[in-house]
Parts: sequence; structure tokens; C-alpha cells
Amino acid sequence: MADIEFLKKMATQVRRDVIRMIHKPSSGHPGGSLGCADFFTALYFDVLKIDPKNFTMDGIGEDLFFLSNGHLSAAWYSVLARKGYFDIKELSTFRLINSRLQGHPTPAEHLPGIRIASGSLGQGLSVACGAALAKKLNGDNHLVFSLHGDGELQEGQIWEAAIFAAAKKIDNLISTVDYNGKQIDGPVDQVNTLGDLKGKWTTFGWEVLETNGNNMKELLATINKAKSLTGKGKPIVILMHTEMGMGVDFMMGTHKWHGKAPNEEEFERAMAQLPETIGDF
Amino acid sequence: MKYTSTGNKDTRSGFGAGLHELGKTNPNVVALCADLVGSLKMEDFIKENPERFIQTGIAEANMIGLSAGLTIGGKIPFAGTFAAFATGRVYDQIRQSVAYSNKNVKICASHAGLTLGEDGATHQMLEDIGLMKMLPNMTVIVPCDYNQTKAATIAIAEYVGPVYLRFGRPAVPNFTPADQKFVIGKANMLTEGSDVTIIATGHLVWKALEAADVLAEKGISAEVINIHTIKPIDEEAILKSVSKTRCVVTAEEHMLNGGLGDSVAQILSRKLPSPMEMVGVNDVFGESGKPNELMVKYGLDTPNIVEAAQKVIKRK
Repeated sequence: MADIEFLKKMATQVRRDVIRMIHKPSSGHPGGSLGCADFFTALYFDVLKIDPKNFTMDGIGEDLFFLSNGHLSAAWYSVLARKGYFDIKELSTFRLINSRLQGHPTPAEHLPGIRIASGSLGQGLSVACGAALAKKLNGDNHLVFSLHGDGELQEGQIWEAAIFAAAKKIDNLISTVDYNGKQIDGPVDQVNTLGDLKGKWTTFGWEVLETNGNNMKELLATINKAKSLTGKGKPIVILMHTEMGMGVDFMMGTHKWHGKAPNEEEFERAMAQLPETIGDF
Repeated sequence: MKYTSTGNKDTRSGFGAGLHELGKTNPNVVALCADLVGSLKMEDFIKENPERFIQTGIAEANMIGLSAGLTIGGKIPFAGTFAAFATGRVYDQIRQSVAYSNKNVKICASHAGLTLGEDGATHQMLEDIGLMKMLPNMTVIVPCDYNQTKAATIAIAEYVGPVYLRFGRPAVPNFTPADQKFVIGKANMLTEGSDVTIIATGHLVWKALEAADVLAEKGISAEVINIHTIKPIDEEAILKSVSKTRCVVTAEEHMLNGGLGDSVAQILSRKLPSPMEMVGVNDVFGESGKPNELMVKYGLDTPNIVEAAQKVIKRK
């Protein structure tokens, strides 16, 4: 049974890490990281069967996670460090010269936990499908997870992979869409609407679940339901409703904090809303 | 001629034969194809290893991403399609998911160059060597005949890292020894000579040998080098030869911009400035036609190499 209170505390610490990480280089993408802090925390501290101290690129005998929308790197790095993949002190090097914590994630710097580069959008679902196929070929019954932005779904490659995953019955894959309705240039509905997103995935042959991604209990229940649906011949997608900027009031309800760092005054205001729960890096 | 063709064979069949053999010898090899199984000669592999073949349909971007993902789990994916769709169409996928991520993906590109023929310029990929050699971590291989393509296909399975393997459609003279081991990055010295070095790759290697014969009749001694690995290029072999002949001609079925000639010029301009002529396509798209007609029209034929050699010798 998951310790919901601990997970909530951890998610708050992750949000605090995210703002501190982005404030130092004055560069990064706080909005999506804050919105998905609960998801990353739930995944790494409750769901994934992983071995952080013995990271291997192949990940045989483990669950795998792929971040397709790589600009959510700050939250991912925070959770990876706090799960024990590397020292939390390294979080202070985010986006600085000579760091393993590149602006967008990459295995090129040999940071434990990262298996593929992402940043250019739309590629992660194909990679996740490939890794899921490798698991099947290897007789490895662990699962593959991936996260995508809703704006990212405007990329054509996502739908190439969506057709493929259903056609090839990739049923050891649970993909999640960060359905916050916002992208850099504004609301997704205005920029290039996705229309009936649930209907699209359903028509493409996927099992579709929906959840509130900022309610830890509901989120965990949905991911566990998704796990129970694996192995039944269909890929699974969770449409995860989140609030971009969640946890910092002035970053919520707008797309403007997608890729902007807070100034000193904004930083202090954000810190006041995000108490140190586990301990700062 | 010093070399004898055992008959005309297409290099893509060399790829198919190499892949077939890998199916028997390497259980980690997985093949992917985007709806061009027959063109890529993958049938024998598929017949014997149906569980290790992934048909992606007409979705090349997805195929590259799938390949990158398959390496995570220890697979060695050989992803095959036409050169046009294996490079330009999926450049960003290769750049991020394969090259930057340094994944053990083998991109197998058939129907490269003008000799694809009648399909015309949309399919006649002449920029792929340049696109691929610019990517850090990427090895670029262009074998010259059936036997060498088969050997290269087998060799790249043993090498860990991203590889671009380029081959073609037409039947061309098969002259390299069937048992010749393929060593990545190690050029083949084909004929020794003293007046001019001819550095060729792919289908132009046989034409370079023909040119050397014509030149010999004119009393010119040409040294022919087969550069089957464009990157990492065999700098030592090039410098050794050109330091003797003091001039060079490059020949390739590719744009002059970004091709083999470009790579050779980089080495020579820095280490051994020497007169140089380049045989290749000069900044134009191709067109429909028979392969040999196209090679003549676009200046990639044996007489073009002969002419370039005579010209470069005069510049010494």
C-alpha cells in the first residue's frame, strides 16, 4: 500500500527542487515539470520496479521509463536523484557548463537513469515501443512507461507509433499524456486543437484511461488500473489532466511559464509556497 | 585488368545475403523494414527468423525510433529502406534517437544515388553521405560490390555503435574476393601506381579500375584506392598514396558537396596540399532514365575519371 502522505511530501520537494534548479541558471521549463511532479513521484517512488543503484542501459529485468517531452527534465532529474540514481547535490549543476544534467536529457553524459535523448518532440513513443518489443523478444515481463506532452501529440511520428503499437499488440506499454491543454504559443485548442483526444486514441486501437494527475491517490489508482490492463493485446494510454505550473499560484492558469525562469522576487514567492519537506539539495 | 568480375550482381543482394547469414549466427540481430522487403532483399532473413523481423509499414520515423528502443534490451537492429527515406526523411530521428544517444542501430540504405534509375530525382538520394558523416558517433560505409556489401553487413553487426550502410539497386561487376574480411575504416589498395591517385567509393570503384586501365594505355600509372568507409576515413592510406603521386581524383555517386571528395579535401588541405579533381554530381537533382544513361549524363562514367586524372596531372 502506497504511503500517500510521503508521496505528497516528495512531490512538494520535487517542485521546490525544480524551481531552485531553474532559478540558478535562469533557464528551464518550470510549467510542465511542476504539473507532472506528482506523476514522476508516483512512478519512481511507487510504481516502477527498478534498481537505481545498479543502473544498466539495457534495463533487462526492470521496468523502463522514457520521457518523450524532454523539456520536463528538471522534475525528472530531481526524482532520479532522490530515488538514488545519483547524488542530489548534482541537481545544482542543471543547465550549467560541464554538467551531466543537460537542458534536455541525454545518455551522452552517462547520467544514470537516462537511456535516450529527448528534446526534439515526438520521438519517445517509437523508442518506448522498440524497448517494449525488445522486452517481448527477451521474454522479460517487465513494463515500459512513457510520458508525452499534449502539444507534442501534434507531431506526426506520435501517430505513426500509435498505429504501430496497436497493430503489433504492444500490450506491455503504458503511455501517459500530460493533458494540461497548454503549449508555448498558447492553449492547445487555439494553437492546433487535438479535438476529441480520447476518441482519437480509442480509434487508433488503444485502451484509454483518464485521471487527475495532480491528485496522488487518484493518479496511483489509475496507473495501477493501467497495469492490470497490460498483457491483454492492447497498448494503454492515460490522459492525465494536470495544471501547468501546479504548486506555484502565479505560474498556474497560464501557458506563460512553459519555458521561463523566475526572477529573484518571483523565486522568493515560489519558495514561500513550496516548503522544504524532505531536505534541499 | 588486374581484377576480374565474376559477373554482375546488385549490392542490395549482398546486403540480403549478409543479413541472412547474421540471422543464423547472431541471435540479437533484428531486422526492420518500412514496406520495401523485396527491394531490400530481406526475404531469406524473414523466412528463417519471422519473430525477429518487424514490418513497420510506411513509417520511417517510427522505424528509426523503434530501432533505437530495441537497442535498449540488447538487440542489434538493422533498419532497411531506400536511402532517400533512410536519411533525409528521418534526419532528426537519427540525429537525436540514434547518433546523439549513441545507439547500436544499423541504418541500411538501398537504392542510393543516380543508379536507382527510372524512379527519378525524388528517390535518387545524392546527399546521404554528407548528411550522415556530419553526425558525431556515426560510421558511414559505402561498399563497392556484392561481396563487399555482404562482408560489410556482417562486419557492422560486430561493431558497437551507429552505422550508416549505403548500397544500391543495379547489378554491377562483382570483383572483390568472396573471403575478403571487411575491416571498418581500412581502405583497400586496389592498384599501385605513381602518377595519380584515384580514390573511389561504391559503384565508382569499378569505374575507377576501368579508368586506370585506360590511363595505362596512355602511359599513365594510376593508383586506385577503394574507400569503403567514408567515416572514419583511412587518412593514413590517402596521405601515403598522395605523397607518392602528388595529385588525386575522387569519384563517387553523390553530390560533390558533402561527399567523399569533401572528406579527402579536408585531409589534404590541412596535411598535404595537392592538386585535386572531383568526380561527382555538381549541385543538381537527377532525373528518370537508365542507370548507365544517367551516369553518363551526370558525368560519373569511366571517361570522366580518365579526363579528371589527365587534368589533375597537368596541375602538378
